[in-house]
Amino acid sequence: MKNQIEIKFKSLPENEAFARTCVAAFCLQFNPTLDEIGDIKTAVSEAVTNCVVHAYPNKVGEIVMLLRREQDKLHIVIKDNGVGIADIEQAMSPFYTTKPEEERSGMGFTVMDSFMDSLIVKHNGNKGLIVEMSKRIENKQAV
Amino acid sequence: MQVKTKLHNQALYVLLIGELDESCAPFVRNNLDNLFENEKRFNKVIMDLSQLEFMDSTGIGVMLGRYKKLQHRNIPIYIINPSKQAEKIFQMSGLYDIMPKIS
Repeated sequence: MKNQIEIKFKSLPENEAFARTCVAAFCLQFNPTLDEIGDIKTAVSEAVTNCVVHAYPNKVGEIVMLLRREQDKLHIVIKDNGVGIADIEQAMSPFYTTKPEEERSGMGFTVMDSFMDSLIVKHNGNKGLIVEMSKRIENKQAV
Repeated sequence: MQVKTKLHNQALYVLLIGELDESCAPFVRNNLDNLFENEKRFNKVIMDLSQLEFMDSTGIGVMLGRYKKLQHRNIPIYIINPSKQAEKIFQMSGLYDIMPKIS
């Protein structure tokens, strides 16, 4: 079965919780465990927080979140048109942060990577970033 | 997000209630810093996460920042009742090495 939704929202801090709630609601069709929902919400929160804090540091921009179901697999794409990251590999290394004075931990990508099955981060043309994550959610319903 | 505290046998219990993300991190940070500054009768802090419904890596920065401030006063922080996700975040960031989980 395939299903898909796309949501566009502003890079406001209050939309971090909104994005988490959306993905949790979309996940219900998988009949997930609370633990799986918790992992997915955390990964989405990290990606959206990155957009709010880093992609659009001095303005409010647009974030696009795409959620897709393919059989037992959840695909999440989070896109922004912000400032982007020159060295993605460096940005993804644990504890690397450009804002230590704000008590940022630099663990966002590490959390996404460990809470999901796969994580790909790439440039969105020459503006912003595309974060793609996926996770298999086993169907626990009796057959 | 709400922060509640209770002093018991010189241990300051901090109960974090709600969802800790980037949107409320400044509130939690200021709240805890004021609390630690104004309350002098404690020699350890117990962070009770039993009612923390959500925390992402923003929580690492919040915890680490408080740890550094209390370290100057030789006051340790301990963690109790983390969720599975909080537990993973504490483990992967090494936070448990400096603020151990107790039960």
